[in-house]
Amino acid sequence: MLKIRNLSASIDGKMILKGINLDVNAGEVHAIMGPNGSGKSTLAAVLTGRNLYEITEGQVTYLGKDLLTMAPEDRARAGIFLGFQYPIEIPGVSMANFMRTAVNEIRKFKGQQPMNASDFMKLIREKIALVEIDTKLINRSVNEGFSGGEKKKNEIFQMAMLEPMLSILDETDSGLDIDALKIVANGVNMLKRPDNASIVITHYQRLLDYIVPDFVHILYDGRIVKSAGKELAVELEAKGYDWIKNHDGDE
Amino acid sequence: MYIETEKISLNESLVDLFNSNRSLLLRASTDHVNALRMQAIDQFKKIGIPTKKDENYKYYDLDPVFSRKYDVHFSRKKIDFNISDLFKCDIPELDTDLLILLNGWYYENGNHDDLMKQGVVMGSLALAAVEYPQLFEQHYGRYADIKSDGLVAFNTAFALDGIFIYVPDNVMLERPVQIINIVMDKVDSMVQHRNLIVLGKNSKASIVICDHSLSANQFLTNSVTEIVASENSSLDYTRVQNEHNGAAQISSTFIHQLADSRVSTNTISLHGGFIRNNLNVMLAGKGCENNMYGLSLSDKFQHVDNSTLIDHAMPNCTSNQKFKGVMDDMASGVFYGKIFVRKDAQHTHAYQGNNNILLTDDAKINTRPHLEIYADDVKCSHGATVGQLDENAMFYLQSRGIGSKEARLMLMTAFAHEIIDQIKVDPLKDRIYDLVNKRLRGELSRCNSCAMNCN
Repeated sequence: MLKIRNLSASIDGKMILKGINLDVNAGEVHAIMGPNGSGKSTLAAVLTGRNLYEITEGQVTYLGKDLLTMAPEDRARAGIFLGFQYPIEIPGVSMANFMRTAVNEIRKFKGQQPMNASDFMKLIREKIALVEIDTKLINRSVNEGFSGGEKKKNEIFQMAMLEPMLSILDETDSGLDIDALKIVANGVNMLKRPDNASIVITHYQRLLDYIVPDFVHILYDGRIVKSAGKELAVELEAKGYDWIKNHDGDE
Repeated sequence: MYIETEKISLNESLVDLFNSNRSLLLRASTDHVNALRMQAIDQFKKIGIPTKKDENYKYYDLDPVFSRKYDVHFSRKKIDFNISDLFKCDIPELDTDLLILLNGWYYENGNHDDLMKQGVVMGSLALAAVEYPQLFEQHYGRYADIKSDGLVAFNTAFALDGIFIYVPDNVMLERPVQIINIVMDKVDSMVQHRNLIVLGKNSKASIVICDHSLSANQFLTNSVTEIVASENSSLDYTRVQNEHNGAAQISSTFIHQLADSRVSTNTISLHGGFIRNNLNVMLAGKGCENNMYGLSLSDKFQHVDNSTLIDHAMPNCTSNQKFKGVMDDMASGVFYGKIFVRKDAQHTHAYQGNNNILLTDDAKINTRPHLEIYADDVKCSHGATVGQLDENAMFYLQSRGIGSKEARLMLMTAFAHEIIDQIKVDPLKDRIYDLVNKRLRGELSRCNSCAMNCN
């Protein structure tokens, strides 16, 4: 589904990603872990088309297409979803209007008719139950005045609404208490299908108790320095990131 | 020096215009109006059209607007048009009591019998001067100070008609009153109408003004509106300005509020070549509330200039101002706002805000919020922002599959939302929301340049 080859990216002349290689296939859950500043969020932003970064080298293909030349909205329409680490507040744009526009733009891209109002409300009610947020939030402005937990649950709600092929969740667990974490993880697990895939970016192993990854990659200083199965997360938790830093030095 | 000579000749030519039509002007009006007319032309001779040397007009040169050749009519000119055609051209059609101004003249459009039974007067200003002299003379020219601004003096010297509205004590109007102010002619014209709106004690009214140009000629409108809100009265006053790029509009509104009155104004500048709104509020009684909102959307070479003055003359009054602007292409805008709190106006609450979005590097805004406070127990604040569309918000919308054009539109509409939301008449709010959306989509300008070929 996703092939990343030797991907390098910089911001303001500073290299952040220094040759990333990663393959993600349908049905897989990949966890990317790493210390602060290792480039985790940059990787998520580059894959979803944030224009702050300059791609200096490498290719990314998604479903056979050159991902890096696509506009952010076209990536979303083709099934890529980013769960934001810091969801953006947009005063004056209601959640309902935002989601209706997004759902219909994606439907239009697929050659489908816009969804009528009653089907849309039905879909909202169905998906909102998944993340246990108050339906009143739908009439509020996007993320405005939402609590930290509500913002993260709202990301998973949007993911449920848009049914992406590839979800990239950027530190969705940060700032969540254990109950909210379970709800978020449960939402992600419920949305898992054999034909879709997820990349879960996290600093801590905690989230991976609830979302069980098929692969764990450790990102350090812009490179994937270690890849293994889910046991790697446990090992990392026990030994700490210093282990990786030293390990990297050895190579 | 050259500009100076030119300026003198412009003012002289405008005085000449008065002198050569003096008998027509004087014949058309009552003694009271004419006495003010003569004072006003004397005053105009002294101060003339404001120049960039005037602090309040320093960002825009009025000379080009006034120096064009315009026809000026000193009696009603017959223009063929059909009222039903109006609504095809983006004027909100609402359940209202409708008044029409055509090139500054009241256009007879049925009567308002049910309102007349309650003692309400609505119609021609010229007629009201004759039919209700006592009421008229008590207010006409009392609030619009000819010394303060040459444009007010110019209007007072030339105005012949306009709208007069009187709502008696204790009468609450159920329906909004809609004034459709049309300029339409086969020649370039200058229009100077004058409105007077008087609200009695404990009365309530909602007034909507739609400014519209219906032919492709160049127009200059220099209007003055005086509004009196008596004790404990309540007024919502919404203005939608939608003229074409060849139209210039200067609109000076003077609001005089007595104790415990509540006035909200909302000025939506959708379209127009040059728009200047002067909004002057005198809080002349205790416990008044004034809300003043404005939204301007401009592109190409359009210019929207909002100048406000809130005079807190009495204690325990609240004023709240918020103006927002979106400037695209080469458009420019000005916000010049002043809150004046006099020595006796203790316990004043006053707020003033101005937020702008510039969509291009060439768009421009000059913003000058200004407080002048002489009382010591007050709460006043002001603030201004100028920025671009929020990049993070843009990316958030795009990351959900929303195209960049649609995302920009959503963010601009959201920016405008705060102002439109203040409109209290729901059907009007919905219509204005539609119009703003259309405007931001660029669909309104087509209608504006159509010269009535809108069907």
